[in-house]
Amino acid sequence: MSTWNDPPGGFHPVSAPDYLPRPQLEALQLQRLQQVVWRSYDRVPLTQSRMTERGLTPASIASLADVARLPFTVKADLRDTYPFGLFASPMEQIVRLHASSGTTGKPIVVAYTQADLDVWSEVMVRAFVACGVHRGDVIQNAYGYGLFTGGLGAHYGGEALGATVIPISGGNTERQLMVMADFGVTAICCTPSYFLHLLESAKETKTDFSKLRVGIFGAEPWSDSMRERIQDESGIRAHDIYGLSEIIGPGVGIECREQRGLHIFEDHFYPEIIDPDTGEVLPEGAEGELVLTTLSKQAMPMIRYRTRDITALVSDKCGCGRTLRRIRRIGRRSDDMFIIRGVNVFPSQVETALLRVEGTLPHYAIVLTREKGLDQMEVKVEVTPEVFSDEIRKLEELQTRLEASIENILGIRVKVTLVQPRSIARSEGKAKRVTDNRSQ
Amino acid sequence: MKLQQLSLFLENRSGQLREPCELLAAAGIDLMTMSLADTTQFGILRFIVRDPAAAKKVLEEAGMVVVMTEVVPVEVDNRPGGLARALAAIEDAGLGVEYMYDFGAASRGGKAAIIFRFEDPDAALAALSKAGIRVPTVEELLAS
Repeated sequence: MSTWNDPPGGFHPVSAPDYLPRPQLEALQLQRLQQVVWRSYDRVPLTQSRMTERGLTPASIASLADVARLPFTVKADLRDTYPFGLFASPMEQIVRLHASSGTTGKPIVVAYTQADLDVWSEVMVRAFVACGVHRGDVIQNAYGYGLFTGGLGAHYGGEALGATVIPISGGNTERQLMVMADFGVTAICCTPSYFLHLLESAKETKTDFSKLRVGIFGAEPWSDSMRERIQDESGIRAHDIYGLSEIIGPGVGIECREQRGLHIFEDHFYPEIIDPDTGEVLPEGAEGELVLTTLSKQAMPMIRYRTRDITALVSDKCGCGRTLRRIRRIGRRSDDMFIIRGVNVFPSQVETALLRVEGTLPHYAIVLTREKGLDQMEVKVEVTPEVFSDEIRKLEELQTRLEASIENILGIRVKVTLVQPRSIARSEGKAKRVTDNRSQ
Repeated sequence: MKLQQLSLFLENRSGQLREPCELLAAAGIDLMTMSLADTTQFGILRFIVRDPAAAKKVLEEAGMVVVMTEVVPVEVDNRPGGLARALAAIEDAGLGVEYMYDFGAASRGGKAAIIFRFEDPDAALAALSKAGIRVPTVEELLAS
């Protein structure tokens, strides 16, 4: 994809679709929806058989509302058709494959034609622009390069924007900090938990990151309080980026300067919110599971893909002028949720509780065990210099305050254990917060 | 005269004390005295060294959490009733003691030194001086 000749700080031509009047945007969406349904119906046997079961043909899709008549696609469908069963393009036209790091069994595979890669770069350029990143910026891309979509997605988007991209990939904190200081990095892409780790190390080593202005953080849910902490401690603007490999990778949605939800690039990805239990489409503003349909994908169209991410769609006017609807920041995935003593718990709730207690950085781990048939939840929290005291009494008070704060939010008693700094493994990709030992 | 004590957070499991001790050893820092307070879950190692700033730096560079606190060494007679006399003076002055421990082999001339962590070290110094209880200097402690 060629680069775009943009004036620094000004309107970027590639962002034009972000500002389309709604009627034109919806007309475009319908046209693309009909095309993608035809494509999938014609070329993907699973789509055709499921539509046929429901008495549907592509001609049944006469309006955007008709999308609700289409069958869902779920992650298991990608596993069941592993590796290439959902492809809608012949291999000669597929120029790239990515795969998810499957924790159980086979990974899932996703495919791109050159046109798909161009769309991906386009939405990433629009995402960077929405965060105020431009030509002249130096982007440290600390997402993992490889089968994971994060690295290459941000990489090609950054290059298409005309910014300087440092393909450093994840890990090797020392080298990250050296590059950040020596190359005058102005924007960084990585997971929020890895950035916190970098920030901590930068403070210890007194690394100069004064030029860093923007962070684009994604690939895991993070809370508003974590954002405040990142912004307060580093002085940068921290933007949430949303995406998933099944849809395209990073660049499905982005927070603009208003930081009030993430704009979905609706001309390429059609969002719906459903009740995760019944599958019914929920009215706008209601919280539920995000479902996405790719409107322009060729190699692997996704019809009503269930993301497992819990959010709500917002359509009130955004201060940035974009007409694209927004999703609320995703604090939780229905995947991350665990049930303890009958209570649904999301790690983000624990995070909020920990942050409420002054001075505790969110380096924590949740361990679930079963003792004498009863579920136990332990939260390990690293001691920081801010909260440490030479008096046992004060540390025990801290433990009690943390336990009370968690109980206050979850409604269940948990045990808080203070642990040494750096004893909890740092993630360089997605943070693994929960260890469930209950089946042992 | 007040001393700077260092305190270090430790998890209560085997092997936790070894690393800080080895780090201090490698830096040529001698532990003059120490005391370990523990609960079932964690412990706090409190210790005194000649150069607390250097020791703090060594441990913090290894990622440990260390705080520096002012403590007061108090000279007591090394015989029955010696400590009781000092404690009476402290209590009479209405001072709160957070914790205390013995200053190792600091027994000389029939005297021993006890390290006190007071809520208010300056008020404690004044009260001890008023009661005629001596506070040894760093040099005296180090000479022992």
